[in-house]
Amino acid sequence: MLEIKQINKSFASQQVLFDISARFEKGQVNLIIGQSGQGKSVLAKCLVGLHEVDSGEILYNGEDFTKMNRNQRSEIRRDIGMLFQGAALFDSLTVEENIIFPLSMFTNMTKAEMLKRADFCLEHVNLVGRNKLFPSECSGGMQKRIGIARAIAMNPKFLFCDEPNSGLDPESAILIDTLIKQLTYELDMTTIVITHDMNSVMEIGDNIMFIYKGQKWWEGSRQSIVTTDNEEISNFVYASNFMKEIRTSIEEKRR
Amino acid sequence: MKSFGKYILMLTIVLTRPKKWSLFLKRLADEISIIGINSIPIVVLMSAFMGGVIALQTASNMSNPLLPKYTIGYITQSSTILEFSPTIISLILAGKVGSNIASEIGTMRVTEQIDALEIMGVNSLNFLVLPKIAAAVIFFPILIIISMFLSMTGGWMALILSDLSTTDTYVLGIRYSFMPYHIVYALTKTVIFGFIIVSVSSFYGYYVKGGSLEVGKSSTQAVVISSIFILIANFLLTQLMLL
Repeated sequence: MLEIKQINKSFASQQVLFDISARFEKGQVNLIIGQSGQGKSVLAKCLVGLHEVDSGEILYNGEDFTKMNRNQRSEIRRDIGMLFQGAALFDSLTVEENIIFPLSMFTNMTKAEMLKRADFCLEHVNLVGRNKLFPSECSGGMQKRIGIARAIAMNPKFLFCDEPNSGLDPESAILIDTLIKQLTYELDMTTIVITHDMNSVMEIGDNIMFIYKGQKWWEGSRQSIVTTDNEEISNFVYASNFMKEIRTSIEEKRR
Repeated sequence: MKSFGKYILMLTIVLTRPKKWSLFLKRLADEISIIGINSIPIVVLMSAFMGGVIALQTASNMSNPLLPKYTIGYITQSSTILEFSPTIISLILAGKVGSNIASEIGTMRVTEQIDALEIMGVNSLNFLVLPKIAAAVIFFPILIIISMFLSMTGGWMALILSDLSTTDTYVLGIRYSFMPYHIVYALTKTVIFGFIIVSVSSFYGYYVKGGSLEVGKSSTQAVVISSIFILIANFLLTQLMLL
């Protein structure tokens, strides 16, 4: 379980996060949603220590990440997997080498054991037999799936996904969403997904946090997000004309 | 001053014990190939021609009949060992290797590959930069020894082909007043220049912000700043070791 308490973050004189507190439960897909520029990616980067918070606590299973030194953070990070927006695969390594990289760095597994683990991870993301390809030879969707395979290689307790389906076609996006959901339940991870894609919200969100102007504006389930009266959320959820029509029909049914 | 402080802080993180020696040695071998072995052709070309030019220019200025003929060999030897091979070749390597390192690490930064390493719990600075520094410190002296030999050989070939001296006279000049300490001085300079080239270029690559345009700018900056640092270090080391 990951808990954050009163997180504040500024860049120079501009404050971007204001007193954000939340709990991200184990075995659930927790979504952080919001429009672009509202601070959700900054929050995610604070959670994994890529940005330092100005104040507040980040508790990984009760241990405060903000007070740890570099080595202690390194220990915690071995329990973290992250899928980046652009997949962030190592260009010079093959798919297989990308996946076994954290294993070769932090475990004493033999080469055969690592390759077996790579095959296991690739099987989970439906990429069996693509071991020897280089990232440049893979499509955007495949790169995201390889990114997920690398993220789960160390059997993490926490999985972070930053805009996992940005730049993907709707079918591939749903595939990635389903994969994240399935792996979260199967491996019993605490998953945190940063997104502004409403399809993802409706598809995989167990617990949803809406960030607006750097503040936690709303929190709830995917069922309650479509019925909330909060104006900012409604504007976000029903941004397109198509969704506005759906809202009208929901309201008509209510009456 | 702020950047210099940041550079020193970076070095304190880089110069720590590698997490896994087997991986470090593998990366060291790769870096020796990229930074060192791939630089051999340019070092060979530059050294042979520059040695030839030094010998020819010295010969063309030897109008005083009181100066012995072996002076050409002596001047070629001393200018090659003291300055041309360690300093000029290092400046050329700053251009070739420095820009390569800054753009490689800079691209890794803007494509979030460095963030990925950090999140895995890898000390990215130590993992990426230490093998490069070690490769430069180990292999640059070898390149400079190759350069010294080829420069003097280039000088000999130029003189023989132009019929300006004989092999015996040139070799006498090369051996005349040779001080082994000058080799120590040259190689010490090379080790320090290698360290400067790799660490400064890595610094500019690692802390780049933005996109591909900024990576290009940081690569240029890396070459300019490491060249300036080399010139300053050259002056200081000469004061310390030769005077």
